Amino acid sequence: MPAAAAPLTAVSAAGAGTGDQSEASRSTIRLFAGVFLQNRLAIIGLGTIVLIALFSFLGPHLYVTNQVSTNIADLTQPPSAAHPLGTDTVGYDVLGRLMLGGQSTLEVGLAAAVLSSLIGAVWGGIAGYAGGWVDSLMMRVVDSFLAIPPLLLMMILASAYTPTIPVLIIVIALVSWLITGRLARGDALSLRVREYIQAARMFGAGKGRIIIRHIFPNIIGTIIVQTTLSTANAILLLASLSYLGLGPPPPATNWGEMLSNGLNYIYDGYWWLIYPAGILIVLTVVAFNFVGDALRDAFEVRLVQR
Amino acid sequence: MIAYISRRLAQSVAVVFGVTIIVFVLVHLLPGGPARALLGSRASPQQLYQFIVANGYNKPIFVQYADYIGRLLHGNLGYSYHYNQTVQSLLVQYLPKSALLVGLSYIVALAIGIPVGLLQALRRNRPTDYLLTGISFVGYSMPAFWLGILLVLLFAVDLHVLPPEGPQGASVAAVLHQPTALVLPVVTLAVINIAMFSRFMRSSAIETLVQDHIRTARAKGAPNRVVVFRHTLRNSLIPVITLVGLSLPATLSGAVITESVFNYPGMGLLFWNAAVTHDLPVMLGFTIVVATATVLGSLLADVLYAVTDPRIRYQ
Repeated sequence: MPAAAAPLTAVSAAGAGTGDQSEASRSTIRLFAGVFLQNRLAIIGLGTIVLIALFSFLGPHLYVTNQVSTNIADLTQPPSAAHPLGTDTVGYDVLGRLMLGGQSTLEVGLAAAVLSSLIGAVWGGIAGYAGGWVDSLMMRVVDSFLAIPPLLLMMILASAYTPTIPVLIIVIALVSWLITGRLARGDALSLRVREYIQAARMFGAGKGRIIIRHIFPNIIGTIIVQTTLSTANAILLLASLSYLGLGPPPPATNWGEMLSNGLNYIYDGYWWLIYPAGILIVLTVVAFNFVGDALRDAFEVRLVQR
Repeated sequence: MIAYISRRLAQSVAVVFGVTIIVFVLVHLLPGGPARALLGSRASPQQLYQFIVANGYNKPIFVQYADYIGRLLHGNLGYSYHYNQTVQSLLVQYLPKSALLVGLSYIVALAIGIPVGLLQALRRNRPTDYLLTGISFVGYSMPAFWLGILLVLLFAVDLHVLPPEGPQGASVAAVLHQPTALVLPVVTLAVINIAMFSRFMRSSAIETLVQDHIRTARAKGAPNRVVVFRHTLRNSLIPVITLVGLSLPATLSGAVITESVFNYPGMGLLFWNAAVTHDLPVMLGFTIVVATATVLGSLLADVLYAVTDPRIRYQ
């Protein structure tokens, strides 16, 4: 460990969670951003995510299509000037449909990831800080959930409830928070014996205050990395559920549903129903994974410097 | 070592109990309860009441849980309404075929993932490494059902070298009589694990390569072959063992998708049929059995981990 890292150690440890951290956190952010931006794959990933978000949310305002009423006269038209990516089996314009599907795909992916990180951080943070039998009990719950294949759990839930978007977000979050919970617990476990936590305890800070002000700010790196990776995973889980016929019912759509629908016509040569949706899924998932990996490297550098 | 194994065994029992509680709670969370889920929305109140009393759903919840555990401990997993068969008999029929599929895909995934990961570590940050990293990222970012169908399109429809459907045999022996039909399902299921194992193997081997004993081996003039295969490969393999145990739930999820793509009559296809026909006893029974297998799998992985690496000492 280089000696130059020592001042940062002291400042970032003592300053974490107090109001007096602007100087330290600015240099930490600069260091962090430097490592992140050096990673070319991360830039490509981030750029792709921004482009796909613009495509899905801004696109429908620039490229207006009718996605409400079906058009029987215009079924499965190949790409043309009027429909750059053709039309689907009920006459919707595929390009416009992809924008609409992108909205719900990204919404479900991000919302499920954020929700799962929230559950995981709280559960793991409390378990790790509490220690002892509370920790053992809470971690056995995580182990139990981890032992059940995620798709089976989701299929039980999705077949029991009507799989609307909010239900799917909750269902996907319920199978995705476990790894985050484990990592957060590991971090909290190592943080609780640090001097600054002991100092806070000595000053009379309560358990709630220590967890919220001192533990959470220091496990946020792990949480952000996991949220990014969970988003990628949630998008794939949504696609799998849609393929199994347990996705959101029409008129809602998402890329997974469009892809699996298109695959029914694979022998008819309707390639425009398959490849655009499939490629968008792969691109988005790869992009989130790239960003997640780069964030992990960046946070690890920060940890090493500590 | 014995103390460690017995403690892990106790933990595993606790986890299996946890699984039964989760599954039990899930049944009781169902809108309208199990009676509504099984008899459907057109059942009359009398029918519902009869079902509820006959199955003890009017008893206090703790009594119900105790009854349920009692039945489980006697090996009674329930009765399928859709198949009109006990869940055990379905299990005997379908689970071995899934085990075969999953087992073969693990063999393929390890046989490809480990050498690829090792190669990437040796060629770290060079074009080969970047290329393989890119391929493995796409491999695990691709929806498995799409990959499966693309493989069918290429190898069955265009090239006519492999059948488009999984083996339809009723038993494992019958399935093994159609080895060519197994190729595509096994490959489809293996791709995600190939990507994961190679990533893991790469970072594990990179860590091993910078250690002192590797430098010592090179310094004393050991040929590259010995350094790579004896010193690096063997030491980096150890963490991959745990990954095999940990990846089992995700792989079983993948098996559900793979089996429905290739119409392979295994546990996944049965589970999917149960999900669309609301056949709860089948879903719950299978979930418990599969989760128990997973727990035992990770226990085995942990023990193997300790056996293969004498440096690891558990208290």
